Amino acid sequence: MDNVTPRVRVPKTASAGEAILIKTLISHPMESGQRKDSDGNIIPREIINRFTCDFNGQNVVDVKMEPAISTNPYLEFQATVPESGTFTFTWYDDDGSVYTDTKDIAVG
Amino acid sequence: MTYTRRTTFKLAFGATVLAALPFSARADAAEDAIAAFTGGATPGTEGITLTAPEIAENGNTVPIDVAAPGAVSILLLATGNPVPDAATFSFGPLAAAQAASTRIRLAKTQTVVAIAKMPDGSFVQASQEVKVTIGGCGG
Repeated sequence: MDNVTPRVRVPKTASAGEAILIKTLISHPMESGQRKDSDGNIIPREIINRFTCDFNGQNVVDVKMEPAISTNPYLEFQATVPESGTFTFTWYDDDGSVYTDTKDIAVG
Repeated sequence: MTYTRRTTFKLAFGATVLAALPFSARADAAEDAIAAFTGGATPGTEGITLTAPEIAENGNTVPIDVAAPGAVSILLLATGNPVPDAATFSFGPLAAAQAASTRIRLAKTQTVVAIAKMPDGSFVQASQEVKVTIGGCGG
């Protein structure tokens, strides 16, 4: 899908082992498959069905999403940062597209 | 047709059954989703918190917070939606807290349910009713 922009907020620095708050938002219509167009035809389902967040290859959270998730899916969760590294965020679309974003964090 | 006492009772009973039918069909879908997650185990009530607004003016985006310290995964259900499942959160080794926030769609006034699976295989459940002014599933 076009015009899908992930936005992620992660602190730039943290102390080792600190719990940090991560907020993610991605622009996506999340068409539920329940709506009808003006001619009464059902608009086919088109959603992001899975989101994962990993830090240096270790999983933080893996979310299975259903059509009940709102347009522009927003997710907020907490992660532990044992060392400096990179968060990788991945969204999986129904149409096979995969959207990724990465954020670096320094532990000092 | 004259309304005798007998026909009035019959009419009232028929109306009650008709009104109850769609609701029980919906509730079954939610119960099936719960059973699929818990494997039929009866969930407890301690150790999970579900935060949702009492009244949601717009059913298209209803903010939901769920937290279950120590949980392996959390299933979020909107029992009154055409498809009751909303999301399943699975927490990895680097999750600092087994908690998450998101925004969901609610088709109508209904009960939102969260069920957490604990590492020992037990389940805990929390639920809250959310009154919806404008439903969030479109026409």
